[in-house]
Amino acid sequence: MTGSTNNPATDQVPLVEMRNMSVSFGGVHAVNDVSIYLQPSEILGVVGGNGAGKSTLIKTLSGAQKADSGQIYVNGEPVTINTPRDAKALGIETIYQTLALADNIDAPGNMFLGRELLTRTKTLDDSAMEDATRRIMGRLNPKFQNFKSPVSSLSGGQRQSVAIARAVHFNARILIMDEPTAALGPAETEQVRELIRQLKREGIGIILISHDIHDVFDLSDRISVMLQGKLVGTVSRGEATMDEILAMIIIGKLPGEVTRSELAELHG
Amino acid sequence: MSVVEAPPTQLETTERSPGRSLGSFLRDSEIDTRMVGMIAVLVVIWIGFHIISGGTFLTPRNLWNLSVQTSTVGIMATGMVLVIVSRNIDLSVGSMVGVVGMVMALLQAEILPDIVGRGTAWMWIVVLAIGLVLGGLIGAFQGVMIGYVGVPSFIVTLGGLLVWRGFAWLTASGRTIAPMDSTFQLLGGGSRGSLGEAGSWIVGGVACLGIIAFLMSGRRRRRKFGFRLRPMWLDATLGVLGCGFVLTAVWVTNSYYLPENLARAVAEERGIPWPEGGLLIPLGIPYPVLILIAVTLVMAFVANRLRFGRYIFSIGGNPDAANLAGINTRRTIVKTFMVMGILAAISAAVSIARLNAAVSGLGTLSELYVIAAAVIGGTSLSGGIGTVSGAVLGALVMQSLQSGMVLVGVDAPLQDVVVGIVLVTAVAIDTIYRRRTAHR
Repeated sequence: MTGSTNNPATDQVPLVEMRNMSVSFGGVHAVNDVSIYLQPSEILGVVGGNGAGKSTLIKTLSGAQKADSGQIYVNGEPVTINTPRDAKALGIETIYQTLALADNIDAPGNMFLGRELLTRTKTLDDSAMEDATRRIMGRLNPKFQNFKSPVSSLSGGQRQSVAIARAVHFNARILIMDEPTAALGPAETEQVRELIRQLKREGIGIILISHDIHDVFDLSDRISVMLQGKLVGTVSRGEATMDEILAMIIIGKLPGEVTRSELAELHG
Repeated sequence: MSVVEAPPTQLETTERSPGRSLGSFLRDSEIDTRMVGMIAVLVVIWIGFHIISGGTFLTPRNLWNLSVQTSTVGIMATGMVLVIVSRNIDLSVGSMVGVVGMVMALLQAEILPDIVGRGTAWMWIVVLAIGLVLGGLIGAFQGVMIGYVGVPSFIVTLGGLLVWRGFAWLTASGRTIAPMDSTFQLLGGGSRGSLGEAGSWIVGGVACLGIIAFLMSGRRRRRKFGFRLRPMWLDATLGVLGCGFVLTAVWVTNSYYLPENLARAVAEERGIPWPEGGLLIPLGIPYPVLILIAVTLVMAFVANRLRFGRYIFSIGGNPDAANLAGINTRRTIVKTFMVMGILAAISAAVSIARLNAAVSGLGTLSELYVIAAAVIGGTSLSGGIGTVSGAVLGALVMQSLQSGMVLVGVDAPLQDVVVGIVLVTAVAIDTIYRRRTAHR
């Protein structure tokens, strides 16, 4: 069912492994017996068309969706993730496609949302939060200067910076990015891609979710393809061409199974 | 106020040229322009009524009464802001006032005197405590229906409006309950329910020290992290303005004296011979106003400085984001409605103390005034935006309009017309203002 490349390499315990995950919504199998894993310093692309189940699968890892069955392992240990808080406690941070920012609150407030810094008297330490935000923004996006306005007044790229800063500030070991560049212009996209490479060098494992293979093809070390809730297969970089992965996305056939004529048909 | 309305501090060097505009200056200084606008509107209303009424509006007596009349709506408006900011509404506050007021009245007029005897010194505090707990329970119950069961707050509190009003009638079979405990009565203001001259000056002095300490601690915090400081002269001006306002207000309340017949009674009580020119006994700050000020400070603190307040604003800004950030949004909603219930109970205590009685219709329609006060004060019904101080100012604006119109002799139906028009106009202006400033 799952491709042979989907078994964890025997010499290393994966950072995170999801085994036989299933989620259904009223009889519809949104995710059907899917298994994937992720190594440190690895970028795993998860691709598939709309409704393929990739976002639902990932939500079971980030705590936004409960799985019906399946088991998640972090560093080889079985874990239970029921809420976003559980995931964060395990070092799993998620950047959602919608960014999940409270538009009426400023950048430091959003960065520390749910994890506010407090003074000794248990009140919000806004100055300390602003200071920490200035520091991390100095690293991620030095042009960012707007620390006091609600994030609704920021540009798309700046909002993305806030969401990314929030994810990396809390020592994430596993970073999930759902369509990280979908809403960005070319310059901002390149900025985010460079940041992803930088985080990889720092040893963070990254899962990139996209409906567009072009977004993730050259960034990913491995690519898992989903179709109608099932995992078509996982291929390593260099094992498949972009066309072959496209064939997996659209007709659900692995590179060895797909015929020349089917490939030609994809291009109409 | 940094959560929603603090204008941005733009540090770009291009903005720092010498000839920069007033707008960018205001942004840098982090002064809330909307609040300044509302104060300006209030000043215009006051001066306007003063002129039209032939000089009777801006008198110590009228301002003193105005402040007392503002307190019951103002107290509840501080909580309604948070409810509305969290994308909810509470239509039941008027009925909560009714039922909690009735229970507190029954306790002190009929139930407790039979047990501990009438005039027991600590009775008022027991009554008040039971009232606050009851208000909190009612609010929490509605909060559970909204947060955990998932019934929209409009429906839950619309039901509450009917249910609690019914209970207000049922608990005393529609009777009027009187009189209130003599100490409890002080909560309502009146001739004895004020701080007096010396006490008022002390409160004013403490408030001034508080303003100065607040401004200084702000500077200290910003300096600690090396952030740019507000110009010293601006902080100094704000301090002088704040203290000046506080001391003027104290002076006004101290310039309102006990009416002659009551002053005579006091003179007799204390064995002072009645002087020739009459006896001038300054009333000072009325207790209900003191309660309103304390409630406002506490609620502003909750909204701006506590995690709870931050969570309410985040839920209003983006409920999904709040959930994904690991915030327990359901519990936050329950707590918000519980706070609203407690505030309704405080307001009920002030109301029955002032009336020296409880009637089953107590608080009828006050939910509308409370919501209107919050909205006039800049609270956005779509959630996420609002300030506690704005809501109190909104309550003051509404009460000023109503008192002013009574003073000038406007007919009651016309008063409603004016208040309704002002409500819609205020929101219209605010909407246009927001639309303009959103795309700076």
